[in-house]
Amino acid sequence: MKLKTLASAIALSGATLIALPSMAADTIKVGVLHSLSGTMAISETTLKDTVLMMVEEQNKKGGLLGKKLEAVVVDPASNWPLFAEKARELITEEDVDVIFGGWTSVSRKSVLPVIEELNGLMFYPVQYEGEESSKNVFYTGAAPNQQAIPAVNYLKDELGVERWVLAGTDYVYPRTTNKILEAYLKDMGVAEEDIMINYTPFGHSDWQSIVSDIAKFGSAGKKTAVVSTINGDANVPFYKELGNQGISSEDIPVVAFSVGEEELSGLDTEPLVGHLAAWNYFQSVETDANEAFITKWQAFTKNPERVSNDPMEATYIGFNMWANAVTVAGTTDVDEVEQAMIGQETPNLTGGIAVMNKNHHLSKPVLIGEIQDDGQFETVWETDGVVPGDAWSDFLPGSKDLIADWTAPIKCGNYNTKTKSCSGQNY
Amino acid sequence: MKLFLSLCLFLSACMTPALAASAETDALLQQLTQTKLSKMPAMVQQLEATGDESLLPVFRAWLAGDLHYIRDDNTLVVEVDVNGVDTFQDPYTQATIAGLTSKQVRKIKVNNKLRGLLRGVIARIQLTSRDAGVRESAVRALLADIDDETFATLERIYPTEPNSDVRSTMQTALSIYTAQDQNSSQSARLAAIDVLGDSLENDVRNVLLSLERSDNPVLSSAATQALVSINRQVERYALVDQLFFGLSLGSVLLLASIGLAITFGVMGVINMAHGEMIMLGAYTTYVVQLLMPNYIDYSIWVAIPAAFLVSGLMGVVIERLVICRLHGRPLETLLATFGISLILQQLVRTIFSPLNRQVSTPSWMSGSWEINPVLSLTLNRLYILAFALLVFFALVMILKKSSLGLNVRAVSQNRSMAKAMGVKTEWVDAMTFGLGSGIAGIAGVALSQLTNVGPNLGQAYIIDSFMVVVFGGVGNLLGTLVAAFTLGIANKFLEPTTGAVLAAIFVLVFIILFIQKRPKGLFPQKGRAAE
Repeated sequence: MKLKTLASAIALSGATLIALPSMAADTIKVGVLHSLSGTMAISETTLKDTVLMMVEEQNKKGGLLGKKLEAVVVDPASNWPLFAEKARELITEEDVDVIFGGWTSVSRKSVLPVIEELNGLMFYPVQYEGEESSKNVFYTGAAPNQQAIPAVNYLKDELGVERWVLAGTDYVYPRTTNKILEAYLKDMGVAEEDIMINYTPFGHSDWQSIVSDIAKFGSAGKKTAVVSTINGDANVPFYKELGNQGISSEDIPVVAFSVGEEELSGLDTEPLVGHLAAWNYFQSVETDANEAFITKWQAFTKNPERVSNDPMEATYIGFNMWANAVTVAGTTDVDEVEQAMIGQETPNLTGGIAVMNKNHHLSKPVLIGEIQDDGQFETVWETDGVVPGDAWSDFLPGSKDLIADWTAPIKCGNYNTKTKSCSGQNY
Repeated sequence: MKLFLSLCLFLSACMTPALAASAETDALLQQLTQTKLSKMPAMVQQLEATGDESLLPVFRAWLAGDLHYIRDDNTLVVEVDVNGVDTFQDPYTQATIAGLTSKQVRKIKVNNKLRGLLRGVIARIQLTSRDAGVRESAVRALLADIDDETFATLERIYPTEPNSDVRSTMQTALSIYTAQDQNSSQSARLAAIDVLGDSLENDVRNVLLSLERSDNPVLSSAATQALVSINRQVERYALVDQLFFGLSLGSVLLLASIGLAITFGVMGVINMAHGEMIMLGAYTTYVVQLLMPNYIDYSIWVAIPAAFLVSGLMGVVIERLVICRLHGRPLETLLATFGISLILQQLVRTIFSPLNRQVSTPSWMSGSWEINPVLSLTLNRLYILAFALLVFFALVMILKKSSLGLNVRAVSQNRSMAKAMGVKTEWVDAMTFGLGSGIAGIAGVALSQLTNVGPNLGQAYIIDSFMVVVFGGVGNLLGTLVAAFTLGIANKFLEPTTGAVLAAIFVLVFIILFIQKRPKGLFPQKGRAAE
């Protein structure tokens, strides 16, 4: 008897052992490719948690296509080449069906060749410089015309700014954005000497002379503003130095594209009050959807003070769209999901509907907010309705005529409308 | 009876305006709670037009973003932080309104435009304040836009102003108005421009710039002349400013490298974990501030010895466990200490999370020392400069005067001879390494005030530290001092023309070339000790 039970127990455990791999195949794997250490960890850790929360929630609703979702988290450690290796690992070894990841453009550029070679699917949730559209990537953050251009318009029209400092971290996103902004400003008749461009390395901490240069540049009798594409933790000493040198937001406002609620949390925001940020989402926007999302987020992180931010909303929209697209396509096959994605609509958190366009970019509203002393933003301006994301800038000579359209018959990421041809380069 | 009636009438006639004004103000304030942000600037002007000076606390709270209203009845309240708890007060009486929570109130919004307007309104009310400092800053706040009414007020109070500083600022303000006033005579405007030529205020320069572009050739040339003399002064002060920036960067480099000057310079140990000792010091500051949240102003004084002990002890442990076993094998020491640095980083990541920690700046260290409108030195950097020099001289004294210093020098010059003389070389090694690490910890306290406290803090400074020590000459503390300040100043003078990235590259290239020429640095050690 005893022996029999033992034998059956062994048989049973053997069965489960055999069953295990097939059970694993019955999950849909979601890769999470965000830095959990290094200079970008401050921003990217939050997005990892957001994806985990969305996965958990989807599983509560019964998963997708009758299967549970399973998140696979890797840490590319703010090390750009490591992003490519980790992406390869996720697709070939972990066999994930989709990847949510990336923050800096250099990390995305590093992943691109891998994801195209292996025909993976990636959702990139951060504002970026545009000039790109890959078949395998969906860009749920803002393109320059959804963030930088409206911000400059706001400064010019509402605050009467005539002199411009374009300050950024020295890598591809700030450099391209500033190139677009410079061309745009010159189109509007801003003189060469009224534009100052400055680049600093990642994690720059000694801002004394740059801030003093900005102050000097701003004391020429014309209203001056700083358009900041400074990324990561270098922002903290930058704003501190502004405060220390007594430059207030009324003298020289700084509009930032990479400073959100997460970066401001746990920071003494007193010297930052009144400085601006342009995003597609602020935590302070009062809608039911946003309130529900924040409640869920704070419960998930078990921190009632935890803040939400724009890239989180982009992740939220991207994840929901992907889930819808998978349901519509009835499979997780990359090519079919990619086609099902186009035209997907899902409510965003600020009370509108986000639409995925043919160029793999979203239509979203643009908000401009002022930093308040509680680390939140006060919306001071917003666009009427949504702005469709533009993959190729209209203000750069090289990309004026390019469009991206991933529907038949064009099916091209950089289609030249003049020569009616696709350059063949995929991204 | 008639008299009584007329008295009544008289009284009510007298009383009504006052009552009406306050009722009007109340009505406006009630309206304010329902106004959209874009319509608020008009409200500010309406409120100021009532001339009701009792509104000052309301304006102030509004400017600071503390003005709220109760959702149910639109009563204005001011948010006050009492020992970390948000409470609400009546704006006029400062009486706490009990039982009101932040859920029941809404904030009255404020943006940059409103802040500018409110500052102007407050300044105009404060022109008649009793405190000379308040009057001074009120006049300065008004320099940018002086309307007819402000000019009239200033002209009225200028002759009776007792404080000479405030008087001169008022004179500048009056001159700004006169210089731009089309109705004033040419001679009066010229005299005003002449007065403005002595002022370094930014607003003055803006006025002169616009006058320079005016059609009147006499005024234009006078403005140009005034600008030339102002610009000469501004440039001179800019040079002083730049020098200060250089010294400040130099002091940071000195602090970061001075500990290394001992462990690497005197002991000859290539310690790749030096940066992590700095990081530990910075985290110690964070922990100390966590433990005494109500005494942030004094936390630095506790943090300095605490950081010295934490990093120093860690240094002794590392020396005893690892470095003393690798004596005379520099390559292995390098690899082992590099491993230790990774372990320490990961340890901090596990304990404190990979995110940066926020270290508060004590109030006495924030802000700046304004010497004049174009030259102000930031206090935190000023203190750190002084602190770096203090640490340096303390260290020199320890090495020169104390018995530990004597032993350290003896061991570093001739180990076996020192041993033969009865010096406990192992003990000296441990103490020296502890001292160097402890100093690095102190550097971490200072750096926590300037930069982000995170696991990567140390990595950012390790290269710079080695650069300074090698450039200054290994084993020479004075060399470290000179090298740190030379590199700091060179960097800051290069930065405006080349940008931060190129400036760092140029400095590196310069050091490489310099080391080719003089491999032993600025101040090479001489004699037998050098071998």
